[in-house]
Amino acid sequence: MSDVKLAPKPLDRADERVRNDDSLTGAVRLFIDRVRAGDLGILPVAVGLVVISVVFSSLNPVFLLPNNLVNLLFDCATVGVISLGIVCVLMLGEIDLSVGSMSGFASALVGVIWVNMGLPLPVAIGAALLAGMVIGFVYATLYTRLGMPSFVATLAGLLAILGMQLYILGPTGSINLPFSSPLVAFGQLLVMPAWLSHGLALIPGLVVLFGGLNTAKRRRAAGLTAIPLSLLLIKAVVLTAALQFAVWYLNLGRGVPWMFGLFVGLVVAMQYALTRTKWGRSLFAVGGNREAARRSGINVRRIYYSAFMLCSTLAALGGVLAAGRLASSSQQAGTGDVNLNAIAAAVIGGTSLFGGRGSAWAALLGIIVIQAISNGLTLLNLSSSLRYMITGAVLAIAVIVDSLARQSRATHGRG
Amino acid sequence: MSDDNPPKGELLLQLTGVSKNFGAVSALSDIELEVHAGEVVALVGDNGAGKSTLVKVLAGVHQPSAGEVRFMGKPVTLDSPAKALDLGIATVFQDLALCENLDVVSNLFLGHELSPWRLDEVQMEVRAWTLLRELAARIPSVREPVASLSGGQRQTVAIARSLLTDPKIIMLDEPTAALGVAQTAEVLNLIDRVRARGLGVIVISHNMEDVRAVADRIVVLRLGKNGGVFTPGSSNQELVAAITGASENAVSRRASRKAAEEHHE
Repeated sequence: MSDVKLAPKPLDRADERVRNDDSLTGAVRLFIDRVRAGDLGILPVAVGLVVISVVFSSLNPVFLLPNNLVNLLFDCATVGVISLGIVCVLMLGEIDLSVGSMSGFASALVGVIWVNMGLPLPVAIGAALLAGMVIGFVYATLYTRLGMPSFVATLAGLLAILGMQLYILGPTGSINLPFSSPLVAFGQLLVMPAWLSHGLALIPGLVVLFGGLNTAKRRRAAGLTAIPLSLLLIKAVVLTAALQFAVWYLNLGRGVPWMFGLFVGLVVAMQYALTRTKWGRSLFAVGGNREAARRSGINVRRIYYSAFMLCSTLAALGGVLAAGRLASSSQQAGTGDVNLNAIAAAVIGGTSLFGGRGSAWAALLGIIVIQAISNGLTLLNLSSSLRYMITGAVLAIAVIVDSLARQSRATHGRG
Repeated sequence: MSDDNPPKGELLLQLTGVSKNFGAVSALSDIELEVHAGEVVALVGDNGAGKSTLVKVLAGVHQPSAGEVRFMGKPVTLDSPAKALDLGIATVFQDLALCENLDVVSNLFLGHELSPWRLDEVQMEVRAWTLLRELAARIPSVREPVASLSGGQRQTVAIARSLLTDPKIIMLDEPTAALGVAQTAEVLNLIDRVRARGLGVIVISHNMEDVRAVADRIVVLRLGKNGGVFTPGSSNQELVAAITGASENAVSRRASRKAAEEHHE
């Protein structure tokens, strides 16, 4: 290297064509550039949530009351967990259309094994999760060994699993779960104590701050640029303030549901797995360019197996939670709009249907949008016919935004 | 790069009677090839001569229909790209095989990430910059998706990636086709450096000048068969004759026509 300078430039700023975006204004400029190029991130969801809140609360002030929001969070958790699994398969550019049936079958299994057969609850839940794993394994086998498109395989699964659900429920068709049981309490009642929820809401800010400081220190030591302290502080403070406000507001009502806490925990774990592990990186790679991933030595088949199995297992877990929420295992469980809501949530949250893009936050944010719409429409006493139409329109808009953003990324050379 | 490279001149890779059929078409038949440590072997041949197929067989992308591949003296089955990489055969494919949705660092370390359960992004980024500097790469930022890079920049990323896994043999399929003047020279320098380290190199190129500049041996393929082995000292005419399969060909006709025209004047 021939450049003789007093202060050596950081490695990643050595090229004169690179703009220095390390200041606060630089970060803002970078964000605007990204959005213009079609890297929308969570912007559509944020805008959507504001619009939804304004519209529904003006039509019915109950919408924004603390207890309604607590209910909303209870509802989010069940379909949200299913949506989290959908994120995994969408990331590969595949789809699982049977998650609704899978959740219904899982809830039926819990009812039959626990209530009818009298086995302990953990056994019933374990059996439901196991069933999810097995079905995911079957899909992955059909896809990787027989080359059956996941669209068709899971469409067949949708019917077959629904059939199994009806079969094991038998002629009565519905099993009531005991109200005093921990599963139903978890699904309907249990909320965190206020001190705990406030404490937990501190953690993300602290992680952003100290994790960021640690990374910044290591990057500087390695001769790379690092995020400035001011930006880190602003991020951490804004995040903490927002979370503390949300928790405080929910505690005006019943409080933060444990079930929602479980969902958020799963989202965080999934986000870590997607962004910070080799498995997650491989998932992105296979979704982006399958052949390139294979030639890099990635075991592509194993990645497909893991994604399909994770998706079905999470769908089963969602079904178990839904059984607790409804205090019953019925023929209706998992039917209707569960399937589409789970897929719509992932897409609305920013997971691309074309593979290779997405995040676990997509499931969290997307399901809040979907449930907020559904909850708001219910409060307005609209019939389910109108609810279906509006939810369908929202899904269509989300996919259009995804497609347009994708075209924009292509023209701006951002993959 | 590790220091446990085999001594110079040791036989690394030996192919005997390797054939590959695609249906009724035999893309390769009865290929013999040897690569020694610290040696650059150039594979030349016309379009459709089977060069890329041979590279794909050695990279584990295609499985040979017949024949034996011996690596470091032991017969091996290259049944997947992962297997070839594990043995120490790294490949830069003609179509590069990069993931456009991932950034440069992710692409470089794809399948070989540092600390798989807690990716070490800082270390990976530093190593990426170091490697790219060694190759004199003109890449402004390693945190942009590969989709935003030019053809030459992608080529450099692909070459850098092949060097990352401590290979014993590197195969480069048309490594300089998309490169600028300075980068072509860098790649040729790089090939020299890799040879000096005691690695075996297989280069495919249509550019005879490049081939002559770096190769120790030039292996000609013609219609999927061995067409002869030459030294860089061989004349252009000999090479062209071996590539096209006759001393009477388009190139020689042109040369004789020119000669005839000059004679007339």
